[in-house]
Amino acid sequence: MTMIFGIPIQAFLGQLLVGLINGSFYAMLSLGLAIIFGLLRVINFAHGAQYMLGAFVGYLLLAHLGIGYWPALILVPLLVGLSGMVIEKVALSRLYNVDPLYGLLFTFGLALVLEGAFRYFYGVSGQSYMPPPQLSGGTNLGFMFLPNYRGWVVVASLIICIGTWLLIEKTKLGAYLRAATENPTLVQAFGVNVPLLLTLTYGIGSALAGLAGIMAAPVYQVSPLMGSNLIIVVFAVVVVGGMGSILGAIVTGYMLGLAEGLTKVFYPEASNIVIFVIMAIVLLVRPAGLFGKDA
Amino acid sequence: MADLTTTGIERQTRARTEWLLVGLGVAALVAAPFFLYPIFLMKMLCFALFAAAFNLLLGYTGLLSFGHAAFFGGAAYFTAHAVKEWGWTPEFGVLLGVLGAAALGLVIGFFAIRRQGIYFAMITLALAQMFYFFCVQAPFTKGEDGIQGVPRGHLFGFIDLSVPLNMYFFVLGGFLIGVFAVWRIVHSPFGMILKSIRENENRATSLGYSVARYKLAAFVMSATLAGLAGAMKALVFQFATLTDVTWQMSGEVILMTLLGGIGTMLGPIVGAGLVVTLQNYLATSEFPVTVITGAIFMICVLLFRRGIVGEILARLSRGEGDAR
Repeated sequence: MTMIFGIPIQAFLGQLLVGLINGSFYAMLSLGLAIIFGLLRVINFAHGAQYMLGAFVGYLLLAHLGIGYWPALILVPLLVGLSGMVIEKVALSRLYNVDPLYGLLFTFGLALVLEGAFRYFYGVSGQSYMPPPQLSGGTNLGFMFLPNYRGWVVVASLIICIGTWLLIEKTKLGAYLRAATENPTLVQAFGVNVPLLLTLTYGIGSALAGLAGIMAAPVYQVSPLMGSNLIIVVFAVVVVGGMGSILGAIVTGYMLGLAEGLTKVFYPEASNIVIFVIMAIVLLVRPAGLFGKDA
Repeated sequence: MADLTTTGIERQTRARTEWLLVGLGVAALVAAPFFLYPIFLMKMLCFALFAAAFNLLLGYTGLLSFGHAAFFGGAAYFTAHAVKEWGWTPEFGVLLGVLGAAALGLVIGFFAIRRQGIYFAMITLALAQMFYFFCVQAPFTKGEDGIQGVPRGHLFGFIDLSVPLNMYFFVLGGFLIGVFAVWRIVHSPFGMILKSIRENENRATSLGYSVARYKLAAFVMSATLAGLAGAMKALVFQFATLTDVTWQMSGEVILMTLLGGIGTMLGPIVGAGLVVTLQNYLATSEFPVTVITGAIFMICVLLFRRGIVGEILARLSRGEGDAR
């Protein structure tokens, strides 16, 4: 058997793949957080709960309406995004004039309510969600066995991240968005409906979280707590990357996922905390984050 | 000038109302264990001190820590371990917990003060989560079981703390010392500088204050007092578990402070009393507690950001201002 650094290459690549999968979710979630923060100046603590909501909506669509994975991939982000827009319109929009910390606290409360409610109805044990038949099974790549669904997650998340990046950098809507991030008053003066833009942005951010959720459903178990532990890691990812750049959020997400996977190979005890350690080091060396602008 | 005198009067009325309430409150606390279940009261006191310590940082320095559970729960572990495994007396056990929390505060604070505002919150949350994972894996915390069956022991070697009333007055003493420390810090020249940092950090820097050092000092003090609360809680309940180091616990102390009133002396104490009472009632019902706490969070943030005590104080001083 081929060895690499004294570890069977299969185990090494396997953990690397797990790291890449986790990194895909970190990237998608920190991307959504960065978009929301960029325009709304709100740290969306409910992001993890919206990710969980996405997985659960997908699960419920299948269990009660018989709607499968592929339609859910469209429906779930729409539903989660819409619910996000309602929340922005009803509540978050009232908090733009006060200290941004209140936005964090409000979304924290929202996360508690969502998680508590799902826990009440579905308990803490996870529900399983099967990958669609087209993606079940796996492929032998010669040097390792790749479950098809996992391969799909990596590819799809890359497409989603690049697509979102293009949407922001290359389209007219993205241009409005970037302009409003720089100077909302001026953009409003040009006749752009900034409040609508804010609502839309929160909707897009939540939809991304929901999409990540439904994609995660077949990989991890669908459980009410799946988002709350993840969101804290994603916060660390965001601190490492700095929230100044969309691309930075994506790259950092994948990088830290891989770093976590590698740690699992060489020193498993530390795999839970490696991202936090990296965060501490980055804070010492470059407090603004790897891609952040100096505050 | 007019502004200055109004705030002067406001401050006086505030101080007078608070002193009156403090006197009544202490009398009530001394009498309380004769009417109410002591364990419940002690739990309330521990959380009230925890919230008061947290408020020192959020209310008076303007730093939102999302990781205070690390100090509360960390101190509980240290104290429980020292008392149970090493056979220390309760006062030294509590002292170790407090010092441990201070050391943790120094480390976490050192990293966290490198960023401001919302980043500060996220960094404290992440580092506290790291401490949580440490507690899950470290052998001395006994993992999921926690440290069980911690003896309360004899205070100074001769006061038996397994007698509920003795334990109650021990906790009450710790609570009063802790809250007095918060009051003393806030009303000292040091506290004034903290408030100036809260109001305008750049200005404080330009006046020549080493802002980073003051923030770190405030952070460590807050962590130390949170540790005192956690250490006492470990003795009251005779166990230390993972629950106290979770991020949910960090959120709970924020809720208590927010509900009672950020930046008021009494607010966190009132908030802690309400939240603990509420949890006590809900513990027996089927209804999920987190849904209620989450809902209170949202309502507080949307409708009364000053908190209960803050609103009352604001109304009182407004009323007096009209009468004049």
